Amino acid sequence: MSAISTHSATETTAKTPRWARTRHAHHFRSHEEEFDACKLGMWLFLTTEVLLFAGIFVAYAIFRAKYPEAFSKGSHHLDWRWGGLNTVILLISSFTIAYSIRNAQTNNQVWLRRNLLITLICGGLFLAIKFIFEYGPKWAEGKRPGNLFLYPGAENPHEPIWWSIYYSATGIHASHVVIGMALIFWLYIRSLKGTYGPKHYTGVEVVGLYWHLVDLIWIFLFPLLYLIH
Amino acid sequence: MSTHDEHGHDHHEGSYLTPRGGFLSTVWAWMTTVDHKKLGVMYLAAILTLFFVGGVAALAVRTELYSPNREVTREITRDDGSKETVTEITGQLFNAGTVISKPVIDSEGRALATDGKPLEEEIVGPDGTVTRRTRPDAKPLVEKERVYTLASGNQTYNRLMTLHGAIMVFMVIVPSIPASLGNFFLPIMIGAKDVAFPRLNLLSWWIYVAGSIFAVVSVIAGGVDTGWTFYTPYSTMTDADHWRVVFMIAGAFILGFSSILTGLNFIVTVHKLRAPGMGWFDMPLFVWALYATAIIQVLATPVIGITLLLLIFERLFHVGIFDPRMGGDPVLFQHFFWFYSHPVVYVMIIPGMGIASELIGVHAHKKLFGYRSMAYAVLGIAAVSFIVWGHHMFTAQGELAAAVFSAVTFLVAIPTAVKMFNWIGTLYKGSIQLNTPMLYALSFLFLFAIGGLTGLPLATLSTDMHLHDSYFVVAHFHYVMMGGTIIAFIGGIHHWWPKMFGRMYNEKVGILGCLLVFVGFNVTFFTQFFLGTRGMPRRYASYVDEFQLLHQISTIGSYILAIGMLVHLLNFVYSLFNGPKAPPNPWGGLTLEWTTESPPIEHNFHHEPLVTHGPYDFDDVVPPHRSPEEFPLPEKPADAH
Repeated sequence: MSAISTHSATETTAKTPRWARTRHAHHFRSHEEEFDACKLGMWLFLTTEVLLFAGIFVAYAIFRAKYPEAFSKGSHHLDWRWGGLNTVILLISSFTIAYSIRNAQTNNQVWLRRNLLITLICGGLFLAIKFIFEYGPKWAEGKRPGNLFLYPGAENPHEPIWWSIYYSATGIHASHVVIGMALIFWLYIRSLKGTYGPKHYTGVEVVGLYWHLVDLIWIFLFPLLYLIH
Repeated sequence: MSTHDEHGHDHHEGSYLTPRGGFLSTVWAWMTTVDHKKLGVMYLAAILTLFFVGGVAALAVRTELYSPNREVTREITRDDGSKETVTEITGQLFNAGTVISKPVIDSEGRALATDGKPLEEEIVGPDGTVTRRTRPDAKPLVEKERVYTLASGNQTYNRLMTLHGAIMVFMVIVPSIPASLGNFFLPIMIGAKDVAFPRLNLLSWWIYVAGSIFAVVSVIAGGVDTGWTFYTPYSTMTDADHWRVVFMIAGAFILGFSSILTGLNFIVTVHKLRAPGMGWFDMPLFVWALYATAIIQVLATPVIGITLLLLIFERLFHVGIFDPRMGGDPVLFQHFFWFYSHPVVYVMIIPGMGIASELIGVHAHKKLFGYRSMAYAVLGIAAVSFIVWGHHMFTAQGELAAAVFSAVTFLVAIPTAVKMFNWIGTLYKGSIQLNTPMLYALSFLFLFAIGGLTGLPLATLSTDMHLHDSYFVVAHFHYVMMGGTIIAFIGGIHHWWPKMFGRMYNEKVGILGCLLVFVGFNVTFFTQFFLGTRGMPRRYASYVDEFQLLHQISTIGSYILAIGMLVHLLNFVYSLFNGPKAPPNPWGGLTLEWTTESPPIEHNFHHEPLVTHGPYDFDDVVPPHRSPEEFPLPEKPADAH
């Protein structure tokens, strides 16, 4: 497959890589217009995502102001080291997906695929840490949201609300990580066929934007949940 | 599929409605189409179907209110002279009853288990004492019985009312104009071949179908009695053991995605796909309205998404965020809910304003008065819409907050009045044709003016204390939502019907239907202003006798309204099969959709259009496909140079 990267678009049609053969959709005037439209569309979608999480952040702020004690006690149950490790993992993945866009632009097909794969692995690691070392033990100890709360050592009657916010916020974020991983997997499969290259990397670009947002939301969740006591 | 030569021109130039292949392949082609016109037509069919369902529910509610629901206890004298008190329920036409489970008892008075043996067993202890206990693993045998009481009748009423509200808001009015007429005409009016993301458009349609199926399944399973607003804590407690409430909320959540994707698509389309020569201020006002609407859809809908998601968590896992028993805050739900649902009121009305501008401009055949101020006004309304949500909770917040929300609510009146006066200014000295679309535009002006002005006493704190939660509110928002949006929607369907389907409708029948709708609407809802000011609270199945006459007038009005709608329906169905063929430009409009054929070809235009004049330059341009004899240009005054 690495042979593709050495080909130039001027050779015979059969050997022309897919990215060079990709034409813009019929209702756009040019490839640039299509690329701009897709980017604008993704930025608008990211706006909706920010507003979705804004609801959670508002709920966090209101209940934190209402029950500061419960939130302080609750956040002591979270281990900042796991949260910190996950932050580092997501930051690395943000770097690799940004680099994969660069790889597509410079037609470095091997590293395009490798970077997508590393991003995918980072997403998987994030989820594994979240579920195996955080959700799992906490759920087993009874540190659960709302009515399901069973933890005997609660020091504040409103700790269940804290756990509700914690699980809602990180749960919805985790679902975004899963969606992002599915998209990156789809990119990876397509990149095996040589779909992305200097003239066509719209998919990598917009999924990259989405993945950065997933990362960014975690950057806000991490201090709010783990670091502020 | 059509093919292109190197210039990008179509070889295949049949109408978008022309079937290719057999019946099944045509159906499949429609179900998987990415053509914005076909998607618009499918949305139109679905929305009108759901409008019918929601309308039937409304008629059922009105019929129920013809007489009050009441339990009457009275004394009757038997033939033999003995007296007896009987209790009966009056004024109920709809009573689905409630199913109650009661244990099955055998002849000896013991409760039975599912295996047919008694539920309890006797254990003789070592000291001879007998204790009774429920057998382990035995489940009590229950039989279900349906009982009809006053309460069950009222519950049926509540469910019909919720059905009406939820269907009309989430499935009809919010998507009505943007998803159907907007999808069809936005790309054509800016000279594009399609929306920016055609496949996303298809996805949005199927999400709409999925969300509607969720809601319909919930209704079939017994319906929801929360009201369309799903206020907590009631919505987290009602029907606690049943999934149908979750289904209804999930349906609204899913429909939100459809709304977001359509809005996103429209914004990108307007930004990127305008034809050469079409600047921002050369766009038709319908496109401006859809653009402003799309901005609200994209910015407000995610908030209802997270709200409904948290509500689902609340019902399934009892997370307690909205539950006061666990320290949660039910008013927080109201803030979240109205942060979306107030802007969404403008998602409903702004497209209606856009249609009104088109109808008045084209059918008065006059340059629209104050075009730029119209465009800025819709953007202004969209901006203000985000900071007024608190006026839905005047009684649930502090005095300062209420005063601030009251003040900013009055701001909405400014851009709205700008539009109102501009429409009237356009009509002045226009060549008005009193056909069905124009009559609908005039109805819109009349009804929307009443709806808008009755909003002012509701925004004023002191009067709102009397009027809130009364029929005054019901009448107010029906004047805006139905008298504004739906009236404009029906007017718009008439206006663009020849373009969409290539057939003319019968003008006389259309005018008859319009008059019936106008009269029926006013009889139904103007009466409710009186009911409200006299103290009739909204949402109740029963009322005191003083209100009965007004309720009866309102109910009769709703029947007239329904007949008017049926007249339109028959007119449209007849036109589809037998209507005369429509010319490309039956009204003499100047916007781009009138330059194509009726119905348009698959890629809308034979060549990419070049825009050389404004959308309402009736003073300078002879409409396409029409002759100067039919539409003579006005004589310029001598000192025009």
